[in-house]
Amino acid sequence: MSDFLMPKLGADMTAGTLVAWRKRVGDPIRRGDIVAEVDTDKGIIDIESFSDGILEALLVEPGTSVPVGTPLARIQAAGETAATVRPASQSPAPGSPTSPASQPAPVTGPSPALISQAELARLRISPSARQRARELGVDPRELTGTGRGGAITREDVERAAAARIVPASQASSSQTPTPAVAPPVPAGVPAAANAPPPPAERTLRMRQAIAAAMARANREIPHYYLSTTIDLHAALQWLTRQNEDRPVTGRLLYGVLLLKAAALALREVPELNAFWQDDRPVRQESIHLGVAISLRGGGLIAPALHNADRKSLDELMHDLRDLVARVRTGGIRSSELADPTITVTSLGEQGVEGVYGVIYPPQVALVGWGRVVERPWCVAGQVVPRPLITATLAGDHRATDGHRGSVYLAAVERLLQQPEQL
Amino acid sequence: MNEVQIRETVLHVLGAIAPEADLSQLNPEARLRDQLDIDSMDFLNFVIGLHDELHVDIPEKDYGQLATLAGCVQYLIAAMGRPGSRRAE
Repeated sequence: MSDFLMPKLGADMTAGTLVAWRKRVGDPIRRGDIVAEVDTDKGIIDIESFSDGILEALLVEPGTSVPVGTPLARIQAAGETAATVRPASQSPAPGSPTSPASQPAPVTGPSPALISQAELARLRISPSARQRARELGVDPRELTGTGRGGAITREDVERAAAARIVPASQASSSQTPTPAVAPPVPAGVPAAANAPPPPAERTLRMRQAIAAAMARANREIPHYYLSTTIDLHAALQWLTRQNEDRPVTGRLLYGVLLLKAAALALREVPELNAFWQDDRPVRQESIHLGVAISLRGGGLIAPALHNADRKSLDELMHDLRDLVARVRTGGIRSSELADPTITVTSLGEQGVEGVYGVIYPPQVALVGWGRVVERPWCVAGQVVPRPLITATLAGDHRATDGHRGSVYLAAVERLLQQPEQL
Repeated sequence: MNEVQIRETVLHVLGAIAPEADLSQLNPEARLRDQLDIDSMDFLNFVIGLHDELHVDIPEKDYGQLATLAGCVQYLIAAMGRPGSRRAE
């Protein structure tokens, strides 16, 4: 059995508010499945499971704010028998700070959200009706059975689902519809508990989260900065030829070439792909690029493009489009916020030629891209106009030295001269 | 499809990309990129949106002609009237 915890989605997060359950008690859970939605300073995030099993009990009700590390639900590993239900108020909250505001809200009394496996077993309900109830997000305990001996039938479930009124705030299309997953909020939960805060408050909260992370970075991380000018002639020529033959939906942005080069170069200087933890650098095996994406209302987040070094340009383009769309409309996953091993920022589109970033702890480096500018450049003794870009590296001097940083930027430059191999 | 309908379609596609913008205030002769804070990903989504709505495949070399609202409308009128354009109708 494992606990499904309020995750820590970045160095600055201390607590989160459960918005909705996306799974019901009794649902099979696979690692990576979205189990809940949590409201954080970075917006509403889809929280994924780290383990396989059956969802055994929900410990926190939607609308409740709890500290990072608080158990939200219990997942029974495959093959395990249902554990004795222990009251949620006795669940330890590992790592939770002691301030009163951050104590987990005690969950008292029965609640529609808290249905144990054992309780379900006592209900007279056919397996097919139970399955249907899960699909439709109906709590079978609230139903009066019309079947033999008062058993709840499939029809009872469907009737209840049809009668349920979905509050308008939940009927919006802010989340990707996923068939076979229960509706986000169980019937009977007041919509007010799930209403997102007004935009101004959300913007302020994001500002405060950025403030906390960046102040910590400037306080703790001794940054060094490197910069180099890269000729993008070969890369852009290759890209133009590629895009001529592609339908509009298959076209690549030059930013994808930059991302791939930044990821591949990390293989050559892996100490930049690391976290600074417990007074030492800890190298990360996978390369997850945190891509800084500005929000139209202000603020930014940098969710991960997972395994960017192993993806083709087409895959990266697809994933980047998907990520940008989800940053703007909702549906960012917990792993995407928690995983980035290095951040890449591209302020060139706003017109600046270079950006010297602040590292996002516990990462130890940040790659910055400026604007592409056409300038005179010497090629084989001739001055020719060339599209140039300034690549920068902000490095954590505790983890690496400028020498390794310069080897990294040199690798990025070399990789961009052979775009067909990216 | 006439000019008014094409303009409405362009504004509809832009509205999906910059939902916070008041498109009625758009200067048709000024660059969309400057007025709506559009980056290259937004612009690609704009071109894809036009493709989905109007079935016109706009090659990358023509992107410059889409810089303003007026430019977009003119370009699309011409593109949709061209034989071989991928109109569904």
